[in-house]
Amino acid sequence: MKTNNSFMIAAVAVCLFFSGCKPKDADIQAAVQAKETSGITVAVTKGEVTLTGEVADDAAKAKAEEIAKAEKGVKSVLNNIMVKTVAPVVIAEDPVLQKNVADAVKDFPTVKADVKEGVVTLTGEIQKTSLIKLMQRLSVLKPKKIDNKLTVK
Amino acid sequence: MALEDKYKQLTDAATGAGIADLEVREQDGVLYVDGTAPDGAVKDQLWDIYNQIDPNFTSGDLVLNVNVAADAAVTHAKVITESSNLNIRKGPGTDQPIVGKAAHGEVITLVNRSNDLWWLVRTNDGEEGYCYAQYLEPQA
Repeated sequence: MKTNNSFMIAAVAVCLFFSGCKPKDADIQAAVQAKETSGITVAVTKGEVTLTGEVADDAAKAKAEEIAKAEKGVKSVLNNIMVKTVAPVVIAEDPVLQKNVADAVKDFPTVKADVKEGVVTLTGEIQKTSLIKLMQRLSVLKPKKIDNKLTVK
Repeated sequence: MALEDKYKQLTDAATGAGIADLEVREQDGVLYVDGTAPDGAVKDQLWDIYNQIDPNFTSGDLVLNVNVAADAAVTHAKVITESSNLNIRKGPGTDQPIVGKAAHGEVITLVNRSNDLWWLVRTNDGEEGYCYAQYLEPQA
C-alpha cells in the first residue's frame, strides 16, 4: 500500500511536471500572434496552429509560417494565409488619351503635349503656378507616365 | 520598392487623410497612386507633398490620380476659370460645338457628374451642355 501510494504521488508529480512544461494553447496563440505582422490571425488548438489573413506576397506568407513553426509547443502549422492579388494598373488607350490630353492642355497655349503608347510628353514652357494644375489634369487621365520636359518660368 | 520609399511621405499622408479606395502600385518604373479624397483641400495637400518630393514633377515616376468625392447633395457649382467665360459644349470634348457660356464666378446648376472630366450643367438662362470639370467648384 505504501509503495502504491508513493507511486501514485510520483505519477501525479510527473503529470504536473509535463503539463507545466507544455505551453497552453492560449499562450502559444499570444506568443505567435505578437510576432506575426498585422493582417495575420493566429488560432491554436492542441498545439496545432492555423494561420489566416492576407499578406502582400509569397515571401511574407512563408515567413509567417516559419515564425509559427519556431514557437515552442507548436506541433503543426496550417497556413491558410491568402496572398493579395494586385490588379494591374489600367492605362488609357492612346486615342482616348490623346483626346483627353488635348482637352486638358487646351488652356495652356505655351505647352505642347505628345501622346505615344500611354506616355504623355510635355514640351514648351509654363508658369510655376500653372504647372500643378496641368499635372493634376493629366494625372486623372490614366496615362502610363507623364514625361515633363517643360521649362518652368 | 524604391519608389514606394521615395513617395512614402505622400502615401502615408494619403492614408492619414482618409483617402478612400487607396491603391499604391508600382509598374514598369512608375508608381501609381489612386484614390478618392474627401475634399479638395486633401487633394491639394497631397499635391504639395508630391511637389516637395519631386520639385516641378520632372522625374516622371509617379502618377497621382486622386479625385475629390462627388457629393450627391451638391447641385450647384461655381465657375472658377482664371477670368474668362467658360464654354458650354454640346458633348463632352473640346471638339464639340459650343452651345453657350457661363461667366467667371457664376454659380450654375449641376445636372450630371457621371463623367469625371466633363460635367453636364444648366445655366441660369436654361442653357444645358457640358463643361470641363476642372473649371467648376462644387458648392456645399
